[in-house]
Amino acid sequence: MSAAQQEGPAQQGCGAPAGGAAMPATASGEAVIEGHVTRGGAPVPVGYARLLNDGGEFVAEVPLGDDGGFRFFAAPGTWTVRVLAPGGVNTDETVTADYGHRTAVEVSV
Amino acid sequence: MSRSDVLVDADWVQNHLDDPGVVLVEVDEDTAAYDKGHIRNAIKLDWKKDLQDPVRRDFVDRHGFEQLLSDRGIGNDDTVVLYGGNNNWFAAYAYWYFRLYGHRNVKLLDGGRKKWELESREMVTAVPERARTSYHASEQDSSLRAMRDEVVASIGKRNLVDVRSPDEFTGKLLAPAHLPQEQAQRAGHIPTAKNVPWSKAANDDGTFRGDDELRALYQAEAGLDFGKDTIAYCRIGERSAHTWFVLHELLGQPNVKNYDGSWTEYGSLVGVPIELGEAR
Repeated sequence: MSAAQQEGPAQQGCGAPAGGAAMPATASGEAVIEGHVTRGGAPVPVGYARLLNDGGEFVAEVPLGDDGGFRFFAAPGTWTVRVLAPGGVNTDETVTADYGHRTAVEVSV
Repeated sequence: MSRSDVLVDADWVQNHLDDPGVVLVEVDEDTAAYDKGHIRNAIKLDWKKDLQDPVRRDFVDRHGFEQLLSDRGIGNDDTVVLYGGNNNWFAAYAYWYFRLYGHRNVKLLDGGRKKWELESREMVTAVPERARTSYHASEQDSSLRAMRDEVVASIGKRNLVDVRSPDEFTGKLLAPAHLPQEQAQRAGHIPTAKNVPWSKAANDDGTFRGDDELRALYQAEAGLDFGKDTIAYCRIGERSAHTWFVLHELLGQPNVKNYDGSWTEYGSLVGVPIELGEAR
C-alpha cells in the first residue's frame, strides 16, 4: 500500500479511493463486495470496476489497484459488478451482499 | 457556447499536447493516479490540497487561486484542458472552479482519464516544467455557486437536482458504494428534489451523451422545468459539478448553480426538512 492510499481524507469524498482493494475495509458491519480482475492468472492493473444496483443503475466505480483489486461498500441486496478494461473488455457478474459479510468476486477477462 | 467550445476528444488532445498555449491538467480524488502515469505534458492539481482552504470548509480565495495558477505556470490566455478519473467528476469540479474565478478558455477532455486508458493511449510519468506566470483571477462568480440558505429557500420553487445514485437519494446508502458508509449526518434528500443520477448523463466510457439525449433525460424523463432556475447537488459537489457542466455548458441553461456544500452540509443542518424514499 502506498502512503497516499493510507491517507484518510482521500477516502472522504465522492470520488475513487486510491485504487481498488488496497483501501482498508474499516467497519466490520459493512456489506463489502471485493475481488480481483486477472487475465491468464496475472493481475489486470489498468481497468475499472463499476457497481450497478438491481435496477441496473450505476452506483459506484473504482479504478483497479496494482493487484487488479477492487472493493465496494454496498448494502444488503443483489448487485452487478461490471469490469471495463483495455481491449474492449466489458463483463458483468451478479452478486449478493449483506451487512457483516464480504462477498468475493474473482473476474477473469 | 456550444459543445465544441467546452469539450475536446482524445484525438484533439493527442494533436495539441505540445501546443504552447495549451495546458493539460489532471484532477483526481486519487492523487496517486497522476504519479502512476498521466497524459504527456499534463500537470496535476490536487482538488483538496490545492483547491480547498486548509482550515475552513471553503475554496482557496482569489489571491490563493492566483498564487496557485502562477506557481503551476498557467497564464490567463492559456487554454486549460482538464481531465481526470471517475468519469471526470473532479475534472468537472475543477472546470466549474476555473469558471468561478473567471478563466476564459477551459475545456474538458470527453471521457477523461478512463477513456484514454481504455484506449491504451500513451501515459508517462515525467512531470513537465512550466515557467511561472502572473495569473489574475476575477472575484468569484456568485451566479454559479449556491449556498445553504439559498438552497433551503429554493425548496418547491426552483429545480433541485440531486445527482447522487438512487440508493443515496432514497436514504439506503449515505455515501457512494466505494466508501465506508458510517457517517454523522442524516440520510435522504432535499424535499422536491428530482433524482437524476450524474451517471445517466454519461456513457460507460465516461463520455457525455448527446445533447438530444441529455435534454430528454432532464426534461421528458425527470420533468425538470427549463424555464426555472436550477440548483444541482450531490454529496460534496463534484458529481453535481458534472451535472452543472451538462446543464449550463452543454445544454446552455442560463441559471444553473452548483451547491458544493451538498449533502454533507445539508444532511447535517439542524431543523431543515428532509425527505426519505422516492421523489414525491
